[in-house]
Amino acid sequence: DASLAEANSFSPSMPTSPSSMINQYKFEEEPELRDLFITVDDPESHITAIETFITYRVVTKTSRSEFDSSEYEVRRRYQDFLWLKSKLEEAHPTLIIPPLPEKFIMKGMVERFNDEFIETRRKALHKFLNRIADHPTLTFNEDFKIFLTAQAWELSSHKKQGPGLLSRMGQTVRAVASSVRGGVKNRPEMFTEMNDYMETFSQKINVLDKIAHRIYKEEREYFNEMKEYGPIHTLWSASEEDIADSLKGVASCIDKCCKATEKRMAGLSENLLPVIHEYVLYSEILMGVLKRRDLIQGELDSKVDALASKRAEKDVITEEIGKLEDKVECANNALKADWERWKQNMQYDMRAAFTNVAENNLHYYEE
Amino acid sequence: MEDCLSKKIEITVSEAEKRTGRNAMNMQETYTAYLIETRAVESQNEGQCSPVDSLWRRYSEFELLRNYLLVTFPHIVVPPLPEKRADFVWHKLSADNMDPDFVERRRIGLENFLLRVASHPVLCQDSIFYSFLTQEGGWKEMVNETGFQLKADSRLKALNATFRVKNPDKRFTELKHYSDELQSVISHLLRVRARVADRLYGVYKVHGNYGRVFSEWSAIEKEMGDGLQSAGHHMDVYAASIDDILEEEEHYADQLKEYLFYAEALRAVCRKHELMQYDLEMAAQDLTSKKQQCEELATGTVRTFSLKGMTSKLFGQENPEQREAKIKVLEEQIQEGEEQLKSKNLEGRDFVKSAWADIERFKEQKNHDLKEALISYAVMQISMCKKGIQVWTNAKECFSKM
Repeated sequence: DASLAEANSFSPSMPTSPSSMINQYKFEEEPELRDLFITVDDPESHITAIETFITYRVVTKTSRSEFDSSEYEVRRRYQDFLWLKSKLEEAHPTLIIPPLPEKFIMKGMVERFNDEFIETRRKALHKFLNRIADHPTLTFNEDFKIFLTAQAWELSSHKKQGPGLLSRMGQTVRAVASSVRGGVKNRPEMFTEMNDYMETFSQKINVLDKIAHRIYKEEREYFNEMKEYGPIHTLWSASEEDIADSLKGVASCIDKCCKATEKRMAGLSENLLPVIHEYVLYSEILMGVLKRRDLIQGELDSKVDALASKRAEKDVITEEIGKLEDKVECANNALKADWERWKQNMQYDMRAAFTNVAENNLHYYEE
Repeated sequence: MEDCLSKKIEITVSEAEKRTGRNAMNMQETYTAYLIETRAVESQNEGQCSPVDSLWRRYSEFELLRNYLLVTFPHIVVPPLPEKRADFVWHKLSADNMDPDFVERRRIGLENFLLRVASHPVLCQDSIFYSFLTQEGGWKEMVNETGFQLKADSRLKALNATFRVKNPDKRFTELKHYSDELQSVISHLLRVRARVADRLYGVYKVHGNYGRVFSEWSAIEKEMGDGLQSAGHHMDVYAASIDDILEEEEHYADQLKEYLFYAEALRAVCRKHELMQYDLEMAAQDLTSKKQQCEELATGTVRTFSLKGMTSKLFGQENPEQREAKIKVLEEQIQEGEEQLKSKNLEGRDFVKSAWADIERFKEQKNHDLKEALISYAVMQISMCKKGIQVWTNAKECFSKM
């Protein structure tokens, strides 16, 4: 399973941005097994009469035969990514679809499109597509291929073809109805364990998210005070003779500490914070996946109940049950496999992220 | 010169104790008393421990001693006392005078004060200082009997009063500017340092939260569990390490504070000189005007306008006898005045000479002490970084085992 590695490396001829370089060095292990390389970059603002929005350039390089060409370049906006995600969820209800960055950020964002926000979003979108590319099943999804290759007009006409808004609404209504019914009776032990795990994990990862942000904030405030600290020593050295050099020395050291602090902060914001945030979103997604699996099982269970009560349409119902049993089994297996894969990834990501933090701190103190 | 008291006796302020008593208004008050121990320094070949003398003093007595020294030795830069109230506190430090950490730092500051006085070539020879160290009862009365309070010039208390000196001594003016600059830069530095300490404390302490979450998270993980758990432990160690680090830094801050207050003492010497110069100029001016008056009376010419002259013109001149008497008085006063001026000039020159000697001594001491303080600060920072390296190396190992 080549998907142990996270999908961010790409061919050396591509111009790389500094942040993707950081991601790249993690994945030198199995480059030869990858045959689909995707990058998201070059955000551009578009202003129309009705709205303002940002598009991102999506570049795909591949050696796969199902693709007509070996290189594609398209522009996509956030809405398009949302569409792709919902198509994938529809097609594979019990697979773990990677998270998209949030639509809006709550805290103190005055401008919807400030540079930091756009850059964070771009990185997350890049990760999203690469995770899909790495997934053994999702990578061969037809909508995914269209997303990567179709021109703008091709994509919008394709979008219109799917199940309409009404049918999607129908699904949601059924979902709500069955969740109201409460827990599933025949849920296999394994999935109950998963549920319990996810509840705790979700709690912990959210707390971690808060802690990591708090640390970043404290480091920033420390940095702000330090900026003032060095210059005072320089000022003092101006009134002194004998100790002027010592004072200037202290001032320059403090300034170096300032720079080191900046590096440490950058390390946090580029590595740890996005990873933790992604898993915060993942925990929501996983709860959703587990619910969907329960739903599918619920369908089966209600049919079995119906069989018990309605002897008359026995054959029809039995056939339906047969289909549903298959469905449930597929769903369960899919989830089981994907769960293992997700956990491996999570372990890897967390290990890498925290090790990176430790290294950054080491560099900070060494400097 | 090497006859300093500090060579003959060992002085320590070894303990601090909370006491309750009644103050001047018969109200109950709590204060801290400090134990001063003195022991004669034995020469090498005797090898015997001499007995320790001790007595208790409170902060207000130290203040009294210092005020006495300030008045008695106006040309000396008198070592400062540690602060009366906790200043430049960052949030964890208490501003309470009864707080044990504050009391401890004050104890060290008071010991330092006594050592500084004892190693000062001039101050250490003062008998009041010696009795402060050795005589328990009746010391206060002894000090008051010296009548130093009468000598204290109340004009010096008016900090902002300016004395318009016509011929200021350039060196003293420069020194005054320097002391102002030193005061302002050190207090700015201490303020920022306190804020930096506060922030640093925050960064370290928030890492402690990792410890708990990692531990709870490790409970649901199989392979990651051990790594998480032990990493959490290291985060706790990291968070706890800041307390000692910042406590050490407080000592550095105290060293800077001493020189912040020394700047005031330096300024005081300049002010005293200014005042002296002013008095000198006033006396000289007074003498000149008296001489002029005398001359006018003798020759009958009015050089300068004076109200007396006008009134006597309007209401008639005095008779010759009255005039003679006036001249006599004036001549006596002029004689007195010239003698006074002479002694004042002498006083002034002596003051300048001995003041500059002490100022040079002070400058050397200051440069030496501040350099050492900066070095020790750097050493502290290095040690803090070494601790950080150790913790994060351990943490990294734990993380990589996740």
